[in-house]
Amino acid sequence: MNDRKPLGLQKQMETAATNRSKKGDPKPAKLSREVQARLGQQLRAMYDEVLNEGVPDRFNDLVNRINGGNKDRQ
Amino acid sequence: MDESVRKAVLSAVPSLRAFAISLCGNVDRADDLVQETLLRALANIDSFQPGTNMSAWLFTILRNHFRSEYRKRRREVEDGEGHYADTLKSQPDQIGQVEFGEFREALAQLPADQREALVLVGASGFSYEEAANICECAVGTIKSRVNRARTRLAELMGIENADEFGPDQQTRAVMASGE
Repeated sequence: MNDRKPLGLQKQMETAATNRSKKGDPKPAKLSREVQARLGQQLRAMYDEVLNEGVPDRFNDLVNRINGGNKDRQ
Repeated sequence: MDESVRKAVLSAVPSLRAFAISLCGNVDRADDLVQETLLRALANIDSFQPGTNMSAWLFTILRNHFRSEYRKRRREVEDGEGHYADTLKSQPDQIGQVEFGEFREALAQLPADQREALVLVGASGFSYEEAANICECAVGTIKSRVNRARTRLAELMGIENADEFGPDQQTRAVMASGE
């Protein structure tokens, strides 16, 4: 209905960001490698926590059920 | 469905979940998002081009679905900026262990565009080009979002300078006095 297309929204947001930076926002200071590495480690550790949970049964079942359904139809 | 396709879909699930959790900050909602993504993907599996990256294809579907759902919800509730952070605070044990608490909180405070760019490049293992395809934007935009995300995270966590971590205050005081 009133849904804007994602791409349109994206462009608007980018334009807004460009306008902001043109107004003289200071460029983000460059982080040291050490800081970047530490942030990266924390992010991956958090992400890996979820990866280590593997594929929950509900998704295994879902994919296999649909797979079986396709075979039946063919 | 081809066996290799089925395997590719299943092997993408853990990473899809991790991405979904980072997008919406709530495990239950994230799993619903993954479920809806899988249903959409499997219903449209013919539009997947064999030989291309299954993971990237699924991430794109998940992200688009999340965006349209999120916009709908926002119209319904007139969600404030801090909603994602509040969701996190109200369900601390759902999201994981306390050790990443500070990091999670900082991540939650980033604008959604920056957060997703950082996660795609920094944790999901996508290249800048792949992340740009998933987010339907220019590679330069992804690069700038990732940089902004890192800078903001460092600010929020108070580690803008290398000095601010590593040896703790006491060790540093000892080291300083030895000079």
